[in-house]
Amino acid sequence: MVELTVRRTGRVVDERAARAQLRRQIARLEAQLSALQISGFPHGPVDPAVPGVRGPHILSLGELERTRDALVAGLDDVRSKAAARGERQAAARALLERMLQEPGRHKFVRVANRDLGEPGCGVWHVRPRLGLIGMLAGWWQVKLSSGCPLAS
Amino acid sequence: MTVAAGPRRTPPELRERLGMLADRFHGARALSIRREPVPAAYRVFFRHIGLDPDVQRTPIEAAAVERLLRGGFVSGSAVDDALVLALVETGVPVWALDAARIKGTLALRAARAGERLGAGEYAGDLAPGRIVVADDAGPVAVLFGAMAPDRLPGRDTDRLLLFAVGAPGVPALYFEEALHCCAEALDGS
Repeated sequence: MVELTVRRTGRVVDERAARAQLRRQIARLEAQLSALQISGFPHGPVDPAVPGVRGPHILSLGELERTRDALVAGLDDVRSKAAARGERQAAARALLERMLQEPGRHKFVRVANRDLGEPGCGVWHVRPRLGLIGMLAGWWQVKLSSGCPLAS
Repeated sequence: MTVAAGPRRTPPELRERLGMLADRFHGARALSIRREPVPAAYRVFFRHIGLDPDVQRTPIEAAAVERLLRGGFVSGSAVDDALVLALVETGVPVWALDAARIKGTLALRAARAGERLGAGEYAGDLAPGRIVVADDAGPVAVLFGAMAPDRLPGRDTDRLLLFAVGAPGVPALYFEEALHCCAEALDGS
């Protein structure tokens, strides 16, 4: 028979400081997430997955930690998507710059305003001047088509 | 706060005031409202109590979405419109109950095992630990959620009990202003 001895240590773990710290961290992360969501609109991801727990209740220390961790993951997700979008837009801007400098070397290339992170439905398009004549003569230009297509 | 008012149709002045509010409330503000101090405090409070404000919207964000989807703040009864007015003006949500059906004072607490929201056939079960607004007789509403149907203002209501739930970081002045704004709108109607 095994005899178990339980010793009372007399230590009471005070969670208040930890809970307050976690709540502060959640508040800071939430503010950062909101700022990113707004700055990315309308091109960016709007709602990262930061699930709630289960109805309004007093969160345990573990639940507060999980909420904090989910916010950190959501923030990372939004940041990485924003960074990837920024790189795509920078590449599109560089391409547009090259198109404007040397239209003859970018025949029929199209760059949409959406790809540049700009509003509207405009598309930058390298086209021959005077149609077939320009194509044969090597007269190329960049045209910006404006306006959104009519709703069908 | 208790006010002498009952369910009735929205008077033209209140409807006009809501229309003016809607005209000032554009899409850009609806998007950025989550960064304003009071709505931001409620978003953080939602996180602190286990709610995801992107799934269950905070009251002011829900009102903003309604404004965008419907093109205005929909006019219902005078009580509903006064609550919306206070919410949009201050960012602080206000609720109304029938004062005659409330016993004692309201307080926030965790639901106990076996407690139900309301009485009778349509009463809902409450999970133990759920944060509720309760009076001396029992829960009257889930925090930021459903309200007990038997405590809501009815046709025979002549006095309303207005209450607001504060979020940490929001100065008390905002609650007073929200309640005053709502009471004034009801008084004027």
